[in-house]
Amino acid sequence: MADELAPRSDDFGLAKAYQSKAPITNHESASFSKQLIGFWVTFKTMFKKVNTVQYPEVKEPTAERFHGRHQLNRHPDGLEKCIGCELCAWACPADAIYVEGADNKEGAQFSPGERYGKVYQINYLRCIFCGLCIEACPTRALTMTNEYELADSTRGKLIFEKDDLLGPLRAGMVPPPHPMYPNTDDGNYYRGEVTESHPSQGVAKND
Amino acid sequence: MSNAELIGQDPGWVIALKGLFIFAACVFLTIMSVWAERRIVARMQQRSGPNRVGKFGLLQALVDGVKLALKEDLIPKAADRIVFVLAPVISTTACFMAFAVIPLTGEVNFFGQRTVMQLTDISVGVLYVLAIASVGVYGIVLAGWSSGSTYPLLGGLRSSAQVISYEVAMGLSLVAVFIYAGSMSTSEIVAAQDKWWYAVILFPSFIIYTISMVGETNRAPFDLAEAEGELVGGFHTEYSSLKFALFFLSEYVNIIAVSALATTLFLGGYHALPGLGFTEQWLGGWFTLAWFFIKVLGFFFVFVWLRGTLPRLRYDQFMKFGWKVLIPFSLAWIMVVSTLRVMSQQQAPRVIIIAFIFSVAFIYIAITSLVDRQKVNLAKAAKVTNSIEPNFPVPTIPNTRAEQING
Repeated sequence: MADELAPRSDDFGLAKAYQSKAPITNHESASFSKQLIGFWVTFKTMFKKVNTVQYPEVKEPTAERFHGRHQLNRHPDGLEKCIGCELCAWACPADAIYVEGADNKEGAQFSPGERYGKVYQINYLRCIFCGLCIEACPTRALTMTNEYELADSTRGKLIFEKDDLLGPLRAGMVPPPHPMYPNTDDGNYYRGEVTESHPSQGVAKND
Repeated sequence: MSNAELIGQDPGWVIALKGLFIFAACVFLTIMSVWAERRIVARMQQRSGPNRVGKFGLLQALVDGVKLALKEDLIPKAADRIVFVLAPVISTTACFMAFAVIPLTGEVNFFGQRTVMQLTDISVGVLYVLAIASVGVYGIVLAGWSSGSTYPLLGGLRSSAQVISYEVAMGLSLVAVFIYAGSMSTSEIVAAQDKWWYAVILFPSFIIYTISMVGETNRAPFDLAEAEGELVGGFHTEYSSLKFALFFLSEYVNIIAVSALATTLFLGGYHALPGLGFTEQWLGGWFTLAWFFIKVLGFFFVFVWLRGTLPRLRYDQFMKFGWKVLIPFSLAWIMVVSTLRVMSQQQAPRVIIIAFIFSVAFIYIAITSLVDRQKVNLAKAAKVTNSIEPNFPVPTIPNTRAEQING
């Protein structure tokens, strides 16, 4: 490990190249006929398939784990996973995330447990899509989607609020606020033991 | 009836209409060639090129023109205002004027009037084209000078030096054509090629002309005047809006103009390809226009192909090539051609002609092998000096290594 800090003694690999006696450059210019091959290369290329993607009309799927816009996820019964801990905001190197947590109250339960994220903003003018927030999130509330079309005309529009970031309500989910699944605590939620909503929690969205 | 006599009979309205037709054809060709160039170069780089505006992006150049017209027209404070405005005008008019003497068709029926699509036929037509092309250089030089800025000045100087040196080679390459055709009139040169194109008979002249026409039009790989990496935009760095559009236009009109001249002088002008002579009567002779433009567009494709393939030359290499290769070679070639011409006119016996050709070939081989030998000797001498340890400090590289790098 200490060697890494020592100055390199091998002249950027020149000494090694010398040992192998490999010529670095060829000073002879190629024969005229050889140089003409270049014309054939460009001519041939004209009939090759074009590499360009006609973007707005044709959209190629991104890489599977492409870092796109964020999403705030929900538990299977519709409660939000975000507990307002602000770890994502602290992890953010670009200071793009603003979180304000608040207490879940009787009759206004947004997430399992004591706290929920009351205000959740991501400023996409600052975000560098490094994904450190996702690594920091203790409840997997924050993940990234593959969506990359994030251009807009004003700065204000590029600060995404909690409503913009929350994942959609799927079938069987009850829109919060609503009480937790009967006879469970936040630990059950965390371990994924709550797999559906209960009729006592409210009317589930059916699809 | 010769072309000159036919044109002499034109009433005024025919001349005016022909002028308009030629101008419109030039502008249309220019606009389309900008599009075509961008598309072709794109294909050579596996891109698709402009394809948004209109079918296949055909209207791209038109829309670019509109965009340029709507831009702010800036004149720098340090600029010489009159010359600054005049320069693009000179450049553009000059290259349009070259088309006046190019015969576009054979004899056709033009609204009931027998004529040829050629505005005028002067006995020194090709000299006129060369002169007009040189006037066009004034546009570039003056633009560079009047901008009151360093890079445009350098670009303007470069391009004037370039165009002047390549015009010498170009003019010399045309001399052989004059000798064979016995005329400087474009229509008579075309008429003289009804059996064999001069591109075949005078192949070396054709090659020299093709090379120097690329140098003359400031096109890649000889586009040193607007070397973006070195001189920003070259002579038109300070130009914007329509004035810039004029330079842009003149560059492309110029390409078409030198291609048209090459077609006229070397590829038989409006005549059909060999073996397809019957097509010249189609559409009452108007089909010859298609032949003319097919040949011109062929040249245009070569221009684009060169741009897509070759990197830009270094300035000194470029000048060296013009003065030390092209000009001496064309001088020698002219001497050979004129000797042969005189021999055939004096009905010299075939043996003498063959002996002459062989002796020329012998001299050529002797000279090239001598030059080669000298090159080898020079390389040897260079090796000897290099094997001595360099007398300057070499940082950490072993001396043997330095020797290898130095060759």
